Amino acid sequence: MTNTLHRFGSADSFRDDFIIFAIASRGKNEQGALDKLREFLRLAATFGPVNLGDARHGGALRPCKSLDPTSHWNRDIKPDFDAVIAGLDHITTVAAVFDDRVRAEDFLKAVKERDFGMSINISTSVDGADQCCHAAGIPRHSVGYSLGFEGKTEHLPNSHVLMLSTMCGHGMVANSLAKKMIDWVKEGRRTPEQAVTYLARFCSCGVFNPSRAKRILEEARTSTK
Amino acid sequence: MFINPDKCVACGNCTYVCPMGAIYIDPQIRRATVNRDECVECYACYNGLSQEHLNPTVVRTMRRLFQMMRLRFDPEPDVCPTAAFEPDELVWPRVVRRAFSDPRVPHESTGVEGRGTEEVKTNDVSGRVQVGEVGFTIEFGRPGVGVWFREIQTACHMLARAGVSFEKKNPITSLMTDVSTGTLRDDIMNEKLMSAIVEIKVPVARTEEIVRLVWEIEKHVDTVVALGVGTRCDETGDETVVASILENLGYKLHRAKTNVGLGRITNVVEQAKPETAGAGR
Repeated sequence: MTNTLHRFGSADSFRDDFIIFAIASRGKNEQGALDKLREFLRLAATFGPVNLGDARHGGALRPCKSLDPTSHWNRDIKPDFDAVIAGLDHITTVAAVFDDRVRAEDFLKAVKERDFGMSINISTSVDGADQCCHAAGIPRHSVGYSLGFEGKTEHLPNSHVLMLSTMCGHGMVANSLAKKMIDWVKEGRRTPEQAVTYLARFCSCGVFNPSRAKRILEEARTSTK
Repeated sequence: MFINPDKCVACGNCTYVCPMGAIYIDPQIRRATVNRDECVECYACYNGLSQEHLNPTVVRTMRRLFQMMRLRFDPEPDVCPTAAFEPDELVWPRVVRRAFSDPRVPHESTGVEGRGTEEVKTNDVSGRVQVGEVGFTIEFGRPGVGVWFREIQTACHMLARAGVSFEKKNPITSLMTDVSTGTLRDDIMNEKLMSAIVEIKVPVARTEEIVRLVWEIEKHVDTVVALGVGTRCDETGDETVVASILENLGYKLHRAKTNVGLGRITNVVEQAKPETAGAGR
């Protein structure tokens, strides 16, 4: 899953984007992994993440298959971390998203101490990951660089749209929905907080960063690039 | 994916949530319709939209009344008011669209969700990319453009001619009828995907050559490419060799995924085996 790798933006735009995820490897360390993955999420929840999720069910904001019509006026937009942890029923990749480097560092230290035995990755700027690893006293094992998007880039939309839509690396957040949310925020039809919740529900593995998305929408409100 | 015209009220919400832009309001029938050629069966519409179960006739009547008075109801944009989406029964070869596009469906060949590969995420236990090696993840179609298998075929042929080895535990490789030439099965050529990752591994010394080859491939496919380059760090956790090559090629290394090396083999059966290549650190 290169899901978190190819987020669009400059290194500085990842200053509030730290994803730490755990993954068990088939045939290597998946025995007993389900309980460990739940514990990883429970532990993450104590460090103030902005999102938690698993690759089967999504993040802390999820679509509802039997929505009450009154929700158009009073939709619940609070993330439900407990539901994410309780809903984990398969061995899959689980992720915690932080908008603050110190919190991410503290969580990484706790993960090291707990010694889950599973592969742990951090996805952020190159320097951000390096700083987190240094703070936790962990020498990096491997690194996967994103070289960005190339080829027929004339098919791509503008930067703010891309920054929002690529926060689901599986492409479940459509460029057209991201553009619509920018337009709605500009028109004053929705607040950035509300717009973020619509986008986050489409990300099926819970790595969407609502905090960064809110900042991007605020930036795009006055000057869309 | 199918949108039931008896239920659809043409609210248009779904036209924005399709990552491929394949949903539109058909002016002839005045209902949302899926362009099946462009649909990659990612299920973003079906899985991502919340659903109400309102009576379609009532909703259509209200919408007409509002429209006559030039009034517009301002509903939530991520809702299908009548639960009109109905997944098709997918058969071969169309089913490969979903396998590569719906991240909730694990790939049969690897058992991994998403794009179906673990890359360097589990390198601390798999030893997939060793010291002195570079693993390339060449993802076609991302973000939000899509790719046809015939374009992936073109890319694989060009890579194979350069004598690279395709990663065995990768869904694209599993669809090859001839790995030495990078030839994919014939019956999937006209299937479109959200994106797909071709994965190869080469010695570090070939990094620049492969990047330049990818640049050449990009001229022959009508889509975007997201290029990822994975490698091992040294004993102190540093990595400067590959980064320097990439920076000399003009890349700014904004973002990376870092395997922090806390994984190890813990399965009881695996521990008993002598094979521990790449395990832990």
